[in-house]
Amino acid sequence: MPSRHLPVLQVPAVVSSERAPKVALPSLDTVWIQLTGTLCNLACLHCFITCGPKEERVPMMTSVEVRRTLAEAAALGVREYYFTGGEPMLHPDFWALCEAALAVGPLTVLTNGTLIDDAGAARTAELFERSRYSFDLRISLDGMTAEKNDAVRGKGTYVQITAAVARLAAYGLSPNLTVVAHDDDMTDKDARLAFLAFTRTLGLTRPRVKFMPLLRLGREPRRTREYDAAELDCLDGELARGIAEALVCGSSRLVAAGGVYTCPILLDAPDARVGDTLAESSKPISLRWAACRTCVVEGLSCNT
Amino acid sequence: MQHVTVAVFGGIYNNHFALEATIRDARRRGATELYCLGDLGGFGPSPDRVFPILAREGVIVMQGNYDHSIGHDLADCGCGYTDPRDNHYATLSYEYTRKHTSAAHHPLLRELPPQLHRTWGEKRVLMAHGSPRKVNEFLWESTSPDSFLERLLDEGNADVLLVTHTGIPWQRRLPSGRLVVNVGAIGRPANDGRTDVWYAMVHIGEDVTAELMPVAYDHAALAAEMRAVGISEEFVETVETGWWTTCLEILPAKERSRGRY
Repeated sequence: MPSRHLPVLQVPAVVSSERAPKVALPSLDTVWIQLTGTLCNLACLHCFITCGPKEERVPMMTSVEVRRTLAEAAALGVREYYFTGGEPMLHPDFWALCEAALAVGPLTVLTNGTLIDDAGAARTAELFERSRYSFDLRISLDGMTAEKNDAVRGKGTYVQITAAVARLAAYGLSPNLTVVAHDDDMTDKDARLAFLAFTRTLGLTRPRVKFMPLLRLGREPRRTREYDAAELDCLDGELARGIAEALVCGSSRLVAAGGVYTCPILLDAPDARVGDTLAESSKPISLRWAACRTCVVEGLSCNT
Repeated sequence: MQHVTVAVFGGIYNNHFALEATIRDARRRGATELYCLGDLGGFGPSPDRVFPILAREGVIVMQGNYDHSIGHDLADCGCGYTDPRDNHYATLSYEYTRKHTSAAHHPLLRELPPQLHRTWGEKRVLMAHGSPRKVNEFLWESTSPDSFLERLLDEGNADVLLVTHTGIPWQRRLPSGRLVVNVGAIGRPANDGRTDVWYAMVHIGEDVTAELMPVAYDHAALAAEMRAVGISEEFVETVETGWWTTCLEILPAKERSRGRY
């Protein structure tokens, strides 16, 4: 992996590496690939890595880089792959790279869904059927109404996203809908059951919903607030038993154009860059960043 | 060269009807040893009826996540659901088994081995519940790439890996020639629209091969017993139709698409 050091919106460490909890990587099971860097066709107000149509500070990966990453990961016995961004479908070789990933393992694409037209839905269905390993889409939808969703994802996106879901459903596909709890009324059990029921109205017969806690970095602090000091006490000292094993950074790494990072959330934290290759990124890391709080306390897992 | 045929099953889920039928089927097909890869409890009606059958038949049993949780009287089954609907039914299932498993069986469940290793001829066979490294890891066919499985076999010093936990059977010959078999579960159908349950007959000789065997059992009697003790209709529907109605969150997209729900 070439080392292209990038201009960044810096996410500072808030705890010294001596005091921060340590997380080992006993097994590299999941590789996240930052396919399109920070380039996205939307600019969601809660985006934790500040992606957008003009955000090219983390560049798109080249197809050669992606294929090299897949080859290295497969040689290491990695179990699963995720394409993320930005919006991964903006990559000019998106479909070919999906096929390359699916040749070595299961692939999940994290997308905002707005680029899935009829042809895209047909192609997704064809690849879903043909691939030996599981091919999955996670589509972000932040509310059951345009009012709720568009308030964070942008005007008109509710209509675009729900239309894409319906197109996929027409092919018998059930994308996993990902909901960020950006509003207090999206966190309790009844609200989540209501969302599950709502997904059936979009045509999904086998609904799946992933609820994600809010990350207070990237654009989000401008919409609401940053983490406050009291929330970060959990990042001082040892973790309670069992927590480290469940953290994404305990079994994953993110590969971007600029190198390998501890996790998908810390793309803008220069000292979360842990190597040029997966092989050299296996050393333990320290949970030094405020956003680590969300994984440690709220149990965030980016994996499906 | 030693030739051995053994039967391997998992996920009994309190289904004593299917357990009896599986053992009969395996003996009829010439199995000289019977192995259970864990999860004695769950879903079904009569936890305590499973233990004497296993003892009577000399089944060699290892520990699943359910057995660990029940044996230690833990608060949940360790399946780790986040979907609120799945969580609701997983809790119902676990609480029922916990309440109706006699405390006299707890020491046995606690002391079951977490893995089994056997060497037949030159073949090293590793039996685990979920995966060799984690009792509740799911090895699905569509999310277990060859290179990952080769790594598990390397780490486990094994030529053959036998697991259960997912409830859907599959097997694969890896590029190295080694074999991985998920033996499925005998406690509930495999989300395939048929009422049969599945186990594996494993033949060890010059090479190791496996046959995935469907077993028909008296599922109507099981359904009646479940209703008689007040078990939720969602669980009974699965027994009667072969389609999963709960614990759907864990299914990968490919396996999920093959089911009704």
